[in-house]
Amino acid sequence: MRVYQGLILVILLLLCAFFAITSDVFLTWANVLNIFTATSTIGLLAIGAAFVIGAGGLDLSVGSLMAFSAITGVMVAPESSTTSVPLILFVCLATGLFAGAINGSLIGGMKLPAFIVTLGMLSIARGLALIFSNGRPVYGLPEGLVFLGQGRIGGVPIPVMVFLATGFVAHILLGRTRFGRHSLAIGDNEQASCNAGIQIFRYKVTLYALSGLLAAMAVILSMSRVNAADPSSGMMYELTAITAAIIGGTSLSGGRASVAGAMIGALIMGVLQNGMTLMNVPAYYQQVAVGIVLIAAVTFGKCRGVHASKN
Amino acid sequence: MLLKIEHLHKNYGSVHALDDVSLSLESGTVLGIVGDNGAGKSTLMKCITGSETASGGSIVLDNSPLPKGNPYASREAGIEMIYQNLGLCLQQDVVENIFLGREKRIKVMGLETPLLDLKGMEREAQTLIGRLNAEINVRKKAGALSGGQQQAVAIARALLFQPRLLIMDEPTAALGVREVAIVLDLIRALKKQGIAVILVSHRLGDIFEVADRIVLMRHGRLIEDKLITETSLSELTQKILCAGTLGDEN
Ligand SMILES: Nc1ncnc2c1ncn2[C@@H]1O[C@H](COP(=O)(O)OP(=O)(O)O)[C@@H](O)[C@H]1O
Ligand SMILES: [Mg+2]
Repeated sequence: MRVYQGLILVILLLLCAFFAITSDVFLTWANVLNIFTATSTIGLLAIGAAFVIGAGGLDLSVGSLMAFSAITGVMVAPESSTTSVPLILFVCLATGLFAGAINGSLIGGMKLPAFIVTLGMLSIARGLALIFSNGRPVYGLPEGLVFLGQGRIGGVPIPVMVFLATGFVAHILLGRTRFGRHSLAIGDNEQASCNAGIQIFRYKVTLYALSGLLAAMAVILSMSRVNAADPSSGMMYELTAITAAIIGGTSLSGGRASVAGAMIGALIMGVLQNGMTLMNVPAYYQQVAVGIVLIAAVTFGKCRGVHASKN
Repeated sequence: MLLKIEHLHKNYGSVHALDDVSLSLESGTVLGIVGDNGAGKSTLMKCITGSETASGGSIVLDNSPLPKGNPYASREAGIEMIYQNLGLCLQQDVVENIFLGREKRIKVMGLETPLLDLKGMEREAQTLIGRLNAEINVRKKAGALSGGQQQAVAIARALLFQPRLLIMDEPTAALGVREVAIVLDLIRALKKQGIAVILVSHRLGDIFEVADRIVLMRHGRLIEDKLITETSLSELTQKILCAGTLGDEN
């Protein structure tokens, strides 16, 4: 795992070197902060993806859950009162958590395929976000909230701090607690984990709830940055997040995951998107590129898995 | 006497999977059980571990009767079973597999923190593996180990429960010659530590290498129970073959 993380760090640096040569703006401080800030949104989702995929699951609904929890959060808040910030935060986070828990209950309780359940949730959550908002973004969030997205402490943007702090906690959670160990064990061999007394259902509910919670955290950062809750936000983000996690060494078939890897993976995706934009690559082409990177990462991961099991 | 089974019966509908089986076993001895497919070997083991409920008879461990069909009580009483498909998580390392579901956590002033005691678990895993005279890097992924080494990990995992009786169902069935030798050594190591072992196998040769006693089952009945010194490979082979022809006539 260490060697692999070194490898993707090298890839990241090569990518940066390439964009630094092709663009004058890329290495400016403002752009670097830009990349980090954009990465914090995708990065939170990627951390969630590392847990869920490492446990043998998949969450395709996170992009829609972002929009859904953002809209639900701002809808319940009274217009621009000072008390509304904690309320928005609470409702937003609770919505993500709850919707994720529904995913987990269906997957763990009814033994339904994660792929289908979260695909359904992708559609449901997006639809509800559009219904609640009449399809229009809600502009003008309370000041305190905007500070979360735009503020800096000691020059570091708050979203970046939230991302790093969450990453630290998640890293400990995955590698140093029973929760993390058991999650990976479930992804590795569910029957054996069950025999070892691990409560599979509880873990699945918790894992998807965690994924939903991280989606809500991600949208809090992004909506407060642009000062608007948008029912069409987070579109296709699940794809980028899954790609980031896979790049980071998380095994698509479960049993192996890395939070640090997912964070580096997210940074690679952030650099890639930023660099391509600076090079004036049209958005449509960027989408093609993300897809290619995902398939390439999965292919590479599979070869690595075969190699590892031979040793 | 560690284990005493008396007049055990088990029906699956009209199938008499166990028919009046009586058997006893002392600590530090290895009992081999042989018999054709469908003879009732697995059913007998399941009744001992409590994953099946016997229809009649009694199982007594250390003079206290074992509740029927209660896996938790059987484990509490010191009975562990290693299944044929070991149940290891192949992408996790040896330490993680040994402690799966029972991970040790760091204690600060007597209070348990949520953080895992990685060092402590690694040390204990090494000790357990050492007790089996196996040489395995405990940081290796279980999937990177040989079949015999995986068997050692499964046994080490069972040892963590400090069992008095360890049941192994066909532990050598899928192994090559050298790997079989490793597993037989593991069984000898267990015996030395005073643990009773029941070894279910259709490989007579293996049983003759490690077992103190051998039991032959057929059609749910126990038809032969002998000390290994009282019988021979050829005699037993004869009995099994004979039983086979009788079975065909039925
Ligand atoms: N769950 C079950 N339901 C019905 N019949 C069973 C079940 N388990 C075992 N049997 C029957 O009980 C008999 C003994 O089986 P088993 O104990 O598995 O034999 P062995 O392990 O010696 O091959 C067989 O006839 C088998 O078909
Ligand atoms: Mg059997």
